[in-house]
Amino acid sequence: MTTLLIADHHGDGLNDSTLKAFSAAKALGGDVHVLVNGSGCQGAADAAAKIDGCGKVLLADDAIYANRLAEPKADLIVSLAGDYDAIVAPATTSGKNVMPRVAALLDVMQISEVVAVESADTFVRPIYAGNAMAKVQSADPKKVITVRTTAFPATAAEGGSASVEAVAAAGDPGLSTFIGEELSKSERPELTSAKIVVSGGRGMQSGDNFPMLEKVADLLGAGVGASRAAVDAGFVPNDYQVGQTGKVVAPELYIAVGISGAIQHLAGMKDSKVIVAINKDEEAPIFSVADYGLVADLFNAVPELEEELKKVL
Amino acid sequence: MKVLVPVKRVVDYNVKIRVKSDKTGVDLANVKMSMNPFDEISVEEAVRLKEAGVATEVIAVSVGPQQAQETIRTALAMGADRGILVKTDAEVEPLGVAKILKELVGAESPDLVIAGKQAIDDDSNQTGQMLAALLGWSQATFASELEIADGKAKVTREIDGGLQTIEVSMPAVVTADLRLNEPRYASLPNIMKAKKKPIDEKTVEELGVDIAPRLTVLEVTEPAAREAGVKVETVAELVDKLKNEAGVIG
Ligand SMILES: Cc1cc2nc3c(=O)[nH]c(=O)nc-3n(C[C@H](O)[C@H](O)[C@H](O)COP(=O)(O)OP(=O)(O)OC[C@H]3O[C@@H](n4cnc5c(N)ncnc54)[C@H](O)[C@@H]3O)c2cc1C
Ligand SMILES: Nc1ncnc2c1ncn2[C@@H]1O[C@H](COP(=O)(O)O)[C@@H](O)[C@H]1O
Repeated sequence: MTTLLIADHHGDGLNDSTLKAFSAAKALGGDVHVLVNGSGCQGAADAAAKIDGCGKVLLADDAIYANRLAEPKADLIVSLAGDYDAIVAPATTSGKNVMPRVAALLDVMQISEVVAVESADTFVRPIYAGNAMAKVQSADPKKVITVRTTAFPATAAEGGSASVEAVAAAGDPGLSTFIGEELSKSERPELTSAKIVVSGGRGMQSGDNFPMLEKVADLLGAGVGASRAAVDAGFVPNDYQVGQTGKVVAPELYIAVGISGAIQHLAGMKDSKVIVAINKDEEAPIFSVADYGLVADLFNAVPELEEELKKVL
Repeated sequence: MKVLVPVKRVVDYNVKIRVKSDKTGVDLANVKMSMNPFDEISVEEAVRLKEAGVATEVIAVSVGPQQAQETIRTALAMGADRGILVKTDAEVEPLGVAKILKELVGAESPDLVIAGKQAIDDDSNQTGQMLAALLGWSQATFASELEIADGKAKVTREIDGGLQTIEVSMPAVVTADLRLNEPRYASLPNIMKAKKKPIDEKTVEELGVDIAPRLTVLEVTEPAAREAGVKVETVAELVDKLKNEAGVIG
């Protein structure tokens, strides 16, 4: 069998999510080819060729793919699908946007956010915000899969020497036009691949108080996240949201500050190795998943944490 | 302009679900059911389009058992004009729902379908994209802003890196994200009025759609539970434990 992995990349190189999804693709059992699709993405294709175990890289480099619009991208993947038994993508917003479109065009049911590959047709995926795990077997002739990247280790970025083959663009149905992007700029590690994440909730009271958390995050080399309530209140941008319907993270250390621990939030962080909760309410549900809980007012505890960390780091 | 809004009946988001001991699924007996929260946002958006004079009619559609009628009633109480219930006791996968919706779109010819981004029971995040594919329509997922003008929809989308704005030709499928709006509560008079609004009932057979499942659920299990942790008294103790016990800093 052969699997086509749809790479997430930034033109010059691959995103970490691609290396993780590669491990899931590999677990299906056959060869793995990688599709690098975009505009000006030779660098990413060269990086894909070096992935340990990569069989082949398909490069579809065309101006129509510049902004990852769903319709042309789905058409491209469908045009290549004939040669593959499975098509896999990381469950990033790009994968979630495009892959169901691909699945429907191929008349197959997508298997979303797979956390374990049991065999070439059997997968485990969380349902109900991760409060249940469903083991499902697909009867479709082709598998279309998105991968929860936190559940898989990254494949080594070096070791392979696959060929890069250019493939023709599949045309632009002209249904959508890109207008613009407002991307969060941050020197901090990306949330889903950060080793440490510090998140703030409604208890932070205002976006003006987030620098307090950011100081702690910078001491730890951590990414900064938030609960839905903090995003809805406008304290921080949408891409900070951790949870069932935001980002899923599983760092070595997750520090939840002023977050109550609703199931929708837990869904996005409860697979972290070590969880710390700082909350003034000792009954807060977040303490039921915390390895270390501190019942305290965050406005005292966070500056103190910064001082204590400075002593030991 | 007609707007079609698919609404799913799901376990209320506040319910802590339990996995059945025989591992066949989740225990849904006597559990509070509600409209999928993302679908409340879609209904709200459609009703606002109508209030703004952009939409002329809002049709709420649900695929599910007889009780899904209550979900449609909720949409009607929020301001939708009429409903369609596609009655089935089978569990319909997103691909099947998308095929059913395609038939309804064929019959109703809406210019816009606003679905939720994700149903909070199956967490699939597929139906809207699949419907757009089957219809050959444009799609704009994870919308946090929607503006309709000149036969086009300008949509701001929540993506991993921030926000993306695209313009899609109509007809289109849009899926609602959390920040699109804050859904209203239906007022008592509107709940009363909704009782008189029509709900059409159809069957899957009538629509001629094959909804045979493609996935077999082999088992449903509880996720691994976390071990109970400890409370620390001071920040200094916390830092000491993180460094010397857990070994995650320093
Ligand atoms: C469809 C849907 C999807 C959702 N998706 C997500 C999601 O992806 N991610 C997510 O996070 N949520 C999500 N939610 C929302 C979720 O249900 C909760 O509402 C949200 O997580 C609450 O955020 P919070 O813990 O910051 O706020 P709250 O629940 O209000 O908790 C604030 C906490 O801060 C504490 N606090 C206040 N002041 C202080 C202080 N000075 N010092 C210390 N502690 C203090 C309080 O004790 C309290 O525990 C979703 C909800 C729905 C319906
Ligand atoms: N049975 C259903 N009836 C009506 N709408 C549905 C149904 N299933 C899914 N949908 C719609 O599709 C969206 C996404 O669902 P899903 O793809 O299952 O995550 C939901 O928010 C609804 O708008």
